[in-house]
Amino acid sequence: MASSGDTPRVDTLRSPLGRARGLGAARAGSGHWWAQNLTSIALVPLSLWFICGMIRMIGASRQDVVTWLSSPLPMVLMLALIVATFHHLQLGVQVVIEDYVPGQGSRLVSLLLLKGACILLALLCIVSVLRLAFGM
Amino acid sequence: MTDARDALMVARNTDGKLVRRPLSPHAMDYRWPLAGLLSGTHRITGLALGVGTLLMTWWLVAAASSDSAFAAVQWFLSSWLGILCLCGWTWTLYQHLFSGIRHLAWNAVYGFEKAEYRVTNWAVIAASGACTVITLIVGFVVW
Repeated sequence: MASSGDTPRVDTLRSPLGRARGLGAARAGSGHWWAQNLTSIALVPLSLWFICGMIRMIGASRQDVVTWLSSPLPMVLMLALIVATFHHLQLGVQVVIEDYVPGQGSRLVSLLLLKGACILLALLCIVSVLRLAFGM
Repeated sequence: MTDARDALMVARNTDGKLVRRPLSPHAMDYRWPLAGLLSGTHRITGLALGVGTLLMTWWLVAAASSDSAFAAVQWFLSSWLGILCLCGWTWTLYQHLFSGIRHLAWNAVYGFEKAEYRVTNWAVIAASGACTVITLIVGFVVW
């Protein structure tokens, strides 16, 4: 807000709160925290389901795995687990790297390696599940 | 007194007598508070589970690849090293899960009082321990 004479003039239509929201001192918003929390809520039932599924797969043959993961519900839950797990993982390890890796350069390299590895592992898992279910 | 830095540790008491300032104990001399220990455990279990995703990936890729690849991963998982890994990751997952549920409650501003988190400290430890034992018993019975 700047005043010319005694008439106040508003230079921006955005309030200070509006400008600050989602862009604080960290130059990032609450998106990271929010995604971390939502994926963790999703992972509570999904990981309990995963443990039950893995108990069922003890000593299983490859055909047992195909039968299990080609029915729609287990396949969808497995894909959801993979996406939520790797998203949650890269968000969590990102914070650890930001806390403990000093120096802008090595921090950036570590973060890029982390994100790249998580994307590749997630794609490997997703493609494997889809191949098990659809194209043997 | 030979080191100049020691001079900073000397002061006068109210009688004007020169005394050595008291020094707080070294950080490692303090007892670890359980809540702090569990906080660190949450991070370490999270990182360990990240390593565990490699095993999950190996299992899924092997199942999608060939009979021999799947036989290899099943052979590893039934070896003593594989069983040790599975037992360890079972506890790791439960510990991170229950500790994480407590973090979700904290984020919703529940259970932040000292009396409350002292109880939930032990609740998290007991829940993850009990679930690990039950899972391992079921696992070995099924096997």
